[in-house]
Amino acid sequence: MSLLLENVKKCYKEPDGSTLPILDIERFELKENEQVVLIGESGSGKSTLLNVIAGITAADSGKVTIAGTEIASMAEVVRDRFRAERIGFVFQTFNLLPAFSALENVLLGMSFSRKKPNRDRAKELLALVGLEHRLHHLPKQMSVGEQQRVAVARALANQPKLLLADEPTANVDLANQETILHLLRDACAQNQISMLLVTHSQEVAKQFDRVETLTEFNKVHAKV
Amino acid sequence: MNTLTIAWKSIRQRRLASLLTALSVALGVTLMVSVLVINSVIDRMFNQTASGYDLVVGAQGSKLQLVLSTVFRVGAPIENLPYRYYTELKKDPRVEEAIPFAIGDVTQTGGFPIVGTIPRYFALEYVPGRHFRINKDGKFLPGTWDAVIGSVVAKQNNWKMGDEFQLIHGSAEMGHVHDEKFKIVGILAPTGTPNDRTVFVNLRGFYQVSGHEKPLDEALRREAAFFGEKIDEEKLKALMKENAAHDHSGHDHSGHDHEVPDAQKEVTAILVQMKGDRLRGFTTIKFQSELQEANQAMAVNPIQQISWLMTNIVGNIRTMLVVLTSLIILVSGVSIFVSIYNSMSDRKREIAIMRALGAGRTAVFTIILSESVLLCLGGGILGIILGHGLVCIAAPIIEARSGLLINPFAFSSVELILLPILVVLASLVGFIPAMTAYRTDVASTLSD
Repeated sequence: MSLLLENVKKCYKEPDGSTLPILDIERFELKENEQVVLIGESGSGKSTLLNVIAGITAADSGKVTIAGTEIASMAEVVRDRFRAERIGFVFQTFNLLPAFSALENVLLGMSFSRKKPNRDRAKELLALVGLEHRLHHLPKQMSVGEQQRVAVARALANQPKLLLADEPTANVDLANQETILHLLRDACAQNQISMLLVTHSQEVAKQFDRVETLTEFNKVHAKV
Repeated sequence: MNTLTIAWKSIRQRRLASLLTALSVALGVTLMVSVLVINSVIDRMFNQTASGYDLVVGAQGSKLQLVLSTVFRVGAPIENLPYRYYTELKKDPRVEEAIPFAIGDVTQTGGFPIVGTIPRYFALEYVPGRHFRINKDGKFLPGTWDAVIGSVVAKQNNWKMGDEFQLIHGSAEMGHVHDEKFKIVGILAPTGTPNDRTVFVNLRGFYQVSGHEKPLDEALRREAAFFGEKIDEEKLKALMKENAAHDHSGHDHSGHDHEVPDAQKEVTAILVQMKGDRLRGFTTIKFQSELQEANQAMAVNPIQQISWLMTNIVGNIRTMLVVLTSLIILVSGVSIFVSIYNSMSDRKREIAIMRALGAGRTAVFTIILSESVLLCLGGGILGIILGHGLVCIAAPIIEARSGLLINPFAFSSVELILLPILVVLASLVGFIPAMTAYRTDVASTLSD
């Protein structure tokens, strides 16, 4: 699924009333089935950019177009459903629900789409990330690496066409970094999923064919 | 995974707080259910017990006291009426049936009220459409010294067929024990009415108990005064002389039978069933006012008195209890609000995660509202079970003390609307926390 950002601007209001520009992107494009790394320092607007793409935060101006449909033109309900069914999200801090087991966290990912949650598929996904033996464990009973693998399985739950990964390896050890990156890349390649991964790590960036630096297309980056 | 499952997960996550909150609802509902079940039994008893007859006739005095002592066997009876009054009333062409009641004594064991009456009493319906049933081999007072006892009396005093007992005049502790013994010839099946706590003895035997018949001269003077007649002193002297040949007082009559002259008999009350169907109500009112005008006795419609009692006393107590228990449930509702609202700051992130995964605002609103409804309904259902459990425990105690038969599993119709009311309450108290979830700023919450 293709992604196109045109003249996207986003500012935040400071407590003193002044505005803090975060994003000013003239053009950014992600082609179908493409895997791109976006590299940027902490506070450079990486997470805001992903939120704008996912429709969680509205841009102040400009256009975000996914698979030919402009996100801002969708009603909020439609946008929420679009996010549930077409976009997978992997967070830096995993964001698993603590009261839910690994299996339930994956099922939760399926709960907000129009399709009925599929328990067998959730188990398959957990097996894919090597956690078939941890189905009923709560997040607190798993290592951070395992938690992030559950998050990857959850992001793939609804067979998305665009996967947004926000520093997915930042909180895990080196061995798990490799595992998670391979999981993400392989799953996206096999399922024709476009992936935009944001990171501050050059090590991670090295593994991708296309690497973009946020400073190159975010005009405000220098000011941040 | 549906909304309810997600809500249930969240409730389980805050296990202790959720349990305490649901328990507070359960407590309120338990009390409400207990009040409703017991009230419905009292209501049924008061409204149905006086069903086999139209009027209760007794000496002039408090109408309510007459009904309570005659129908419910509570409190002291009013003055007595001469037996002649009963025999004349029985002859009235408008009267279908007149059943005399002589009340005042109690059993030595258990202090159960004794009613001297005639076997035809048991032919009346004790509640609409229901007739007295007696044990196998039981008989409805065929002999002078026969007694029929209610089910509670039999159970509590452990009395069986053929057992004999004595009457006490006054209270069980302080009264005078009569020498005569009555024999149990029948045990009534439970009726759920005060009849279960009553001992019925043959009226003939009741009169023959030493001390129950009035001294002849006193009885005749009283009877004459009652009917506004002049007493013939010469005739009285002759009667006294004749009577002296057999002195009834001072010796035990049980085992042998001799009729007490009507003049020496009195009745405490007369249950009157009027003739006719279509004009029965009108005849009853006319008959009632005629008795009133005669200024000798009063005829009371028991339903009217019970209705007054239910409206002005029992009804008010019921209303007060229902209001109190409703307030408890309302306070429980507030505790649900506090519990969920306080948890919202901890759960903001979870809600933001769900929103990022594609949950709409309505979905997270529904999840929080469902939590409130689940807590309220869970507490409500637990309360209904506990309420009936409480009634189940209390039923034998209430039955022993009052004779009220309580079916702990009898549902009051108000209980049916209790759960929908709880759902409305849960929706109201869950609304503000649900709105907090609805308004969660996903981006800023996730970046915190």
